[in-house]
Amino acid sequence: MELVLFAGLAVVAGVAALLVVVQRHAVYSALFLIITMGALAGIYILLEAHFVWVIQVIVYAGAIMVLFLFVIMLLDIRREPNPWAPPDRARILVAVVLSLVLLVELGMAVGQRLMLSPAGGPDVAGGFGTTQTVGRLLFTDFLFPFEITSIILLVAMVGAMVLAKKHQ
Amino acid sequence: MLEALIVMLVKIVVVFTALLLTVAYMTWIERKLIADFQVRLGPTRVGPYGLLQPIADGLKLMFKEDLIPSQVDRAIFLLAPSLSIIPAFIAFAVIPFGDTTTLFGLLSKPVPLHITDIDVGLLFVFGVASLGVYGIVLAGWSSNNKYSLLGGLRSSAQLISYELSMGLSVVGVLLLASSLSLVEIVRAQAGLSWWFGILPVPNWFVFSQPLGFCIYFCCALAETNRAPFDLPEAETELVAGFHTEYSSMKFAMFFMAEYANMITVAALATTMFLGGWLGPIAPSPVWFVGKVFLMLFLFIWIRSTLPRFRYDQLMSFGWKRLLPLALLNTVITAVVAARG
Repeated sequence: MELVLFAGLAVVAGVAALLVVVQRHAVYSALFLIITMGALAGIYILLEAHFVWVIQVIVYAGAIMVLFLFVIMLLDIRREPNPWAPPDRARILVAVVLSLVLLVELGMAVGQRLMLSPAGGPDVAGGFGTTQTVGRLLFTDFLFPFEITSIILLVAMVGAMVLAKKHQ
Repeated sequence: MLEALIVMLVKIVVVFTALLLTVAYMTWIERKLIADFQVRLGPTRVGPYGLLQPIADGLKLMFKEDLIPSQVDRAIFLLAPSLSIIPAFIAFAVIPFGDTTTLFGLLSKPVPLHITDIDVGLLFVFGVASLGVYGIVLAGWSSNNKYSLLGGLRSSAQLISYELSMGLSVVGVLLLASSLSLVEIVRAQAGLSWWFGILPVPNWFVFSQPLGFCIYFCCALAETNRAPFDLPEAETELVAGFHTEYSSMKFAMFFMAEYANMITVAALATTMFLGGWLGPIAPSPVWFVGKVFLMLFLFIWIRSTLPRFRYDQLMSFGWKRLLPLALLNTVITAVVAARG
């Protein structure tokens, strides 16, 4: 049952992610990105990471995508230049290098996981995905990274405001 | 296993049917109440007191011609009404509408009166509600009509702005109940307490979080596009707004979504601030439904009393008044909760 659900969600996430890239129209790409995010949220449920699942829906599928659609509509990209036209050399080079980096990274992550626990995943205590557990970890073991993240986000926010003000 | 499955299915069917009926009859209640406020009679022709009016309206809408303008983005145009109505109904999966029941001794063991109780229930409702805006934005965009697009953009700006204050306004409740599960939040409101040491009141969070409740209520009006925040469908400026190009049942679906959303935010307000199903003597679902209808009555009362905001007033009210107040409420509650 779990395997069937996982396979279904994984296929949906993968196909939708592919469609994000190949769609000609930016609004359709955004819609498929929402579907990808939704499928990922489903996988989080299977992992019993309840808090992460709900945050995924609120932050990614909800807020960011709304803003994304906003940008697309205000820019009004009705006609993209033909995406099947052969791209220039520099672009291809960058794309190939970035793809290789991603591939190596993925391979390393999977390899590491396999070496750590050859049979199944790592042992985790029951209820590890609940709000209480995540919250406690966030404010004890991971307090420093958590606070650093909030400062970085604040800096980004102030920066965006300064940039937006300049145009007036 | 099988019994649990049947009980679950029965609960889903009952809740869904009750919601659909309430949505239909909310239109009748709203028309009757507004007629009362304006010293008119309201619908009287179809059935006694016009009680069959919603049925007649529904039938009429179903048999209307379904027009699809030729220049619309067809796929998204057809998808948008469903996208706005589905989240409106899903949110009810976690709202508890009563304590436990044995149906007057018919069932062997008590059945809890909620479809499901997840430990992130409150966040779930907010997450699902934040998806509802897609229906409106996409309807506005795909209609290929500048009034629709303006209505859709206004709506998304409004929903994003007020979602923040709405989320912050309930942090106080979370701090006091120390749980995100809606069932636990209701249970935390059991019993009596003393208000200012003299007045005995139920332990409902509306008494310990009056500011939070007011902010939540304002945001709830804005989130459901109700007057005085009904700018996305300002008839006088936008020729009805995001649903201008829709007809027949697709048009009806947007309205069903609006009423379903109203019921959802009213039920959430009941659960978080008014003690949910708690109350003496009468069975728990009666209390829940009664409180929800009290909230809905407030919505209609406000609609027939206040004129619509201007767009700049709407934005400055949300960002410059409600958001700081909600932050203040959060800080004060956190300090009090940490000391007590």
